[in-house]
Amino acid sequence: MSTNQPDPAATIQSKTATREPQPRPAKAPDGKRVDHARSAKQFLNAPEHAKSHDTRVWAMRTKRDKQAHTIEEWEELRELASQIKTHTLTNLGSYLEEFEANAKANGIHVHWARDGAEHNRIVHDIFDNHGVKSVIKSKSMLMEECGFRHYMDSVGIEIIETDLGERIQQLDGEDPSHIVVPPVHKMRSDVARLFAEKLGSDPDNDDAHYLAGAQRDATRPLILDADAGMTGANFAVAETGGFVVCTNEGNADLSANVPNLHVASIGIEKLVPKVEDMGVFIRLLSRSALGSPITQYTSHFRAPKQGGEMHIVLVDNGRSKRLGMDKFWSSLKCIRCGACMNTCPVYRRSGGLSYGATYAGPLGLILNPSFDAHRYSNLPFASTLNGSCTNVCPVKINIHEQIFGWRQVLAEDGHLPWTKKTALSAAGKVLASPKGYRAAIKTTNSALKHLPRWALYNRMNAWGEGREMPTPPEHGTFHDWYKRNRLSGQTKTGSDSR
Amino acid sequence: MSARDDILGAIRAGKPAMNAPAPAVPSYDDGYPQDREHLTALFAERLTTMGGIWQAPTDGQNLDDALQEALADKLGKPFKDAVIASNVSEVAGNRGINENDDPTTLHDVDIAVLRATFGVAETGSVAFTEKELTVNAVAYLAQHLVVLLDPAEIVTNLHRAYQRDDFAGARYTVFHTGPSATADIEGVLVRGAQGVRSLTIIPASGS
Repeated sequence: MSTNQPDPAATIQSKTATREPQPRPAKAPDGKRVDHARSAKQFLNAPEHAKSHDTRVWAMRTKRDKQAHTIEEWEELRELASQIKTHTLTNLGSYLEEFEANAKANGIHVHWARDGAEHNRIVHDIFDNHGVKSVIKSKSMLMEECGFRHYMDSVGIEIIETDLGERIQQLDGEDPSHIVVPPVHKMRSDVARLFAEKLGSDPDNDDAHYLAGAQRDATRPLILDADAGMTGANFAVAETGGFVVCTNEGNADLSANVPNLHVASIGIEKLVPKVEDMGVFIRLLSRSALGSPITQYTSHFRAPKQGGEMHIVLVDNGRSKRLGMDKFWSSLKCIRCGACMNTCPVYRRSGGLSYGATYAGPLGLILNPSFDAHRYSNLPFASTLNGSCTNVCPVKINIHEQIFGWRQVLAEDGHLPWTKKTALSAAGKVLASPKGYRAAIKTTNSALKHLPRWALYNRMNAWGEGREMPTPPEHGTFHDWYKRNRLSGQTKTGSDSR
Repeated sequence: MSARDDILGAIRAGKPAMNAPAPAVPSYDDGYPQDREHLTALFAERLTTMGGIWQAPTDGQNLDDALQEALADKLGKPFKDAVIASNVSEVAGNRGINENDDPTTLHDVDIAVLRATFGVAETGSVAFTEKELTVNAVAYLAQHLVVLLDPAEIVTNLHRAYQRDDFAGARYTVFHTGPSATADIEGVLVRGAQGVRSLTIIPASGS
């Protein structure tokens, strides 16, 4: 890894530069179930990328811990954040109305969209009315949900991502693999190759400073020429009718402040009641995300700039439905920090693209099935249920319990693939009978010892894909040991203690 | 039915039936220095960890000289050739900014000089509203940003910052914490991503 100083001698030919091509896990075609395990395996087939990914994502988790430990009231802040969100979500209708009324009074145009398609049509109409041909935008997971960029491509309006990471992914025709660091799965050699092809940078130079500079120089004229700017929002404040956007690059401020027209897409769950609540959330957000005390820019938009025009599109896209789900409504508290991804052993080792969805990692496991139960029915199984995600979540969502909850729901609704269903149903029968269980363990241990690999590692054994089966204990099961050493030796043990 | 009515209707039909009052948020700043000097020192320390530069003028040094000292080696051209747009009376600059300027015309600015509304010691952040910015985009299109901050206007932490009334009155309020930055390429920290390449804060009492 290069240092934090520009290195004029950095070259893609150096010993430390990787020659390994970037892994590109297959994405499930429309209407088909995502096969996370298979895509993860494709990612792991590129060991240098897999190692780099694991290291970098874990580094964010480590920095997060350091920051959290400097704040004495950290756990209280998490509790407050969770309570504020519960309060808001249980009164969401009134807070949305309050927000809308205040925003309108401030001169902002407010629109409502039931789903992604409606969102895209509304924004398209606004752009048509203003003759907009090119748009600069900052990163927005909601717009990813809506397939916004693809829609705009199809109607001939150019969208230019201004977040470096998101721009890299846009130029590469790839989805973001992490909600905070979109190209976290790429190595600098991958970016050097991409920029050489798309931006005409020196194909031999893989210094991160050089590459970031090349993108800055290439994007600046596009920023100055854009007809409109778009942002998402991290928070929307009912009391002021304003919204808050957090970035490290200042690119949301460029998008909002350079063109005359600013359109912000906001999920309806982003509401908080009061400005004062922001103290809690801003203190938690970047510390949880990247382990920095605050993002470099925290921007509060309350009204259009002098002579400018501002639109807000409030988007539902499945959120009101989720609010009605007993087990899952609290996932709407999510502030999209990515801490659960950074701590997740499965995410760190499988890479975000293997989830084949807008949201990867633990939050993806509990958000994606509510968009499309069949397509994402494998995802809740991409977890060890170790609960680490729940422990780092700044708004205290019981993520691992919801992952388990989705497994139940998907099984009840008949969304599980055949192999998983058959194996689990057999396991259920065996586990229900102590005798059957002991017999099965004996048979399995003997099978593991004696059967050839092809009989153990095949499509019927999902566990064995990418994992080794456990080695059976040499002296039989715990039950065997207990029989030998305790049941028969009770008197002996008793005499020993005298 | 309109989308608005559909969405609000679905929310009201499905929302969890529980009574969850809004919690009171404490200020959590008992542990902060009580005196200006130490609070200012804490601000400077936090600013530096976020990549900002704390440039206290030396005895008898005027602000123009402090500014030159901070930026002369960062411009890639002689300081005398730098385009300096100043919004503060203490620094003359050589390029004016007017409220009605088209934001795109500001792309030539090398150094923008602004006064902060207030600062936050916890994070080393400075705040601006459209009043201090004149044209909002100047704080992002300029190559370098220099900010005058009155040490009397430093609040302890973000809770105190959000208790101020700026947010209810201003169209735009922004915290800057260090310069524009990214670590999107292999985790390497690069300053000067899309916005300013450097942020210098000069302590200076308000006039």
